[in-house]
Amino acid sequence: MAKATVRKTSKPARKTSKPAARGSSKVQEALLLVGTMKGAFVLRSDKSRKKWKIEGPHFRGEAVYALLHDSRGDRPRTFAATNSMHWGPTLRTSNDNGATWSEPGPQTVRFPADSGRALAQIWQIAPGRATQPNVFYCGVEPAALFESRDGGANWQPNQGLLNHEHQPKWQPGGGGLCLHTIVLDPDNPRRMLVAMSTGGVYRSEDGGKSWRARNSGVRAQFMPEEHRYPEFGQCVHKVVHHPSRPGRLFLQNHWGLYRSDDWGDNWKDIANGVPSDFGFAMQMHPHDPDTVYIVPIEADVFRATPEAKLRVYRTRNAGASWQPLTKGLPQSGAYENVLRDALTADSFDSAGIYFGTRSGKLYGSSDEGASWTEIAAALPPIVCVKAGTAGAA
Amino acid sequence: MRKGGNGGGSLITVELPNALCSYTEQNPSLVLDEPCKTVGDALAALGRKSPGALDRIMDERGDVRRHVNLFVNGENVRFLDGLSTAVPNGATIFVLAAVSGG
Repeated sequence: MAKATVRKTSKPARKTSKPAARGSSKVQEALLLVGTMKGAFVLRSDKSRKKWKIEGPHFRGEAVYALLHDSRGDRPRTFAATNSMHWGPTLRTSNDNGATWSEPGPQTVRFPADSGRALAQIWQIAPGRATQPNVFYCGVEPAALFESRDGGANWQPNQGLLNHEHQPKWQPGGGGLCLHTIVLDPDNPRRMLVAMSTGGVYRSEDGGKSWRARNSGVRAQFMPEEHRYPEFGQCVHKVVHHPSRPGRLFLQNHWGLYRSDDWGDNWKDIANGVPSDFGFAMQMHPHDPDTVYIVPIEADVFRATPEAKLRVYRTRNAGASWQPLTKGLPQSGAYENVLRDALTADSFDSAGIYFGTRSGKLYGSSDEGASWTEIAAALPPIVCVKAGTAGAA
Repeated sequence: MRKGGNGGGSLITVELPNALCSYTEQNPSLVLDEPCKTVGDALAALGRKSPGALDRIMDERGDVRRHVNLFVNGENVRFLDGLSTAVPNGATIFVLAAVSGG
């Protein structure tokens, strides 16, 4: 398989430490964590990632919108945010790479009693910086950010966002008022960015004490024409960046595909050659800061792949152009949707790219998207796909 | 603070569904060892015995979750006085998942 290369850009990317899987002879197992509306599935493969063994469903009957396999520190930990229609949301953990899971106890991610809010769902679980292996973040509905500094045992809400002056005007999108994206500056511990639907992008420069809306240039198609570029209120669906160029962000909007070169101060349209700039999912290439993957969707009123073709689009030049990746994907009769956290990448030398559809199909590529295979055909509706690696020599 | 509170009254039993027995060492039936006048009192007492079970029945605002039903003597308390519904001597509160699903 071709080795990923870091392409030249106008501003050279800084070198970063290699991810655990890249070039490592210690990795024995590739992990795929798949969250569905009726439970989570754990898939395992060797480094070739050609054949997968499927375990599950774990948490039968519960929706699993957020998953994380974290390899920092001296012990891997896996998180699953489960949500029972009847009994509410719960954060579960596994210390054996998803084979067995903790029994839930009292709810650990919870709003303060005086906030007047109640946790509806956990939408995102994100690791802290590499130097802080016990720090984790959760993005939740109603839109708020929680932080744990003890490995996920206890969680505190970010007060700056909880009490933000814009908060009363944030409105739920189709999925609910969710904070779904958490982006950390790997170098500056005081800078981080979050995104929510709807509310838009917010950035903190003081370690989360205060937050400023960073949505200049991002449109809100659902607003009256003269108000389509508000300070906040955009329905941002996903934001990604590469840690070697942390200030350059890519954004998939509810109508709109954007890039920022200044940590979100300004956004410019990069919908160059895509069949639609509507979509949910967006994934950064693990090694190449110029390469991003998306799955365009026809429209908000028809949330299905354009022309009934299931196509992943990839840019290799930071959004100057996009090309469809179709080999192995159905190119007729495919009315699919891929949600915001259902597209992911692993960290092997030849990056694996994976996505799941609302119709329960799971696809994977072990050659960076050049070709695809159907890993599973009939899972429950897929809402989250995350990759990881496990095992040691 | 959860809604409800303590008060003088009789002991009651709470019957839990299988889905919540992992919070009670697989015990589906809990006898509350403190007096309770109302459903709210009883849930507060349940929370002291099993905070995890109470978190599944009520959210952190103290509202009974939308798809959870509580019955006293065969009556859904949503159609009585909610958490203020009185629990008579020796009553049993049944906690049940609503008919909703997907």
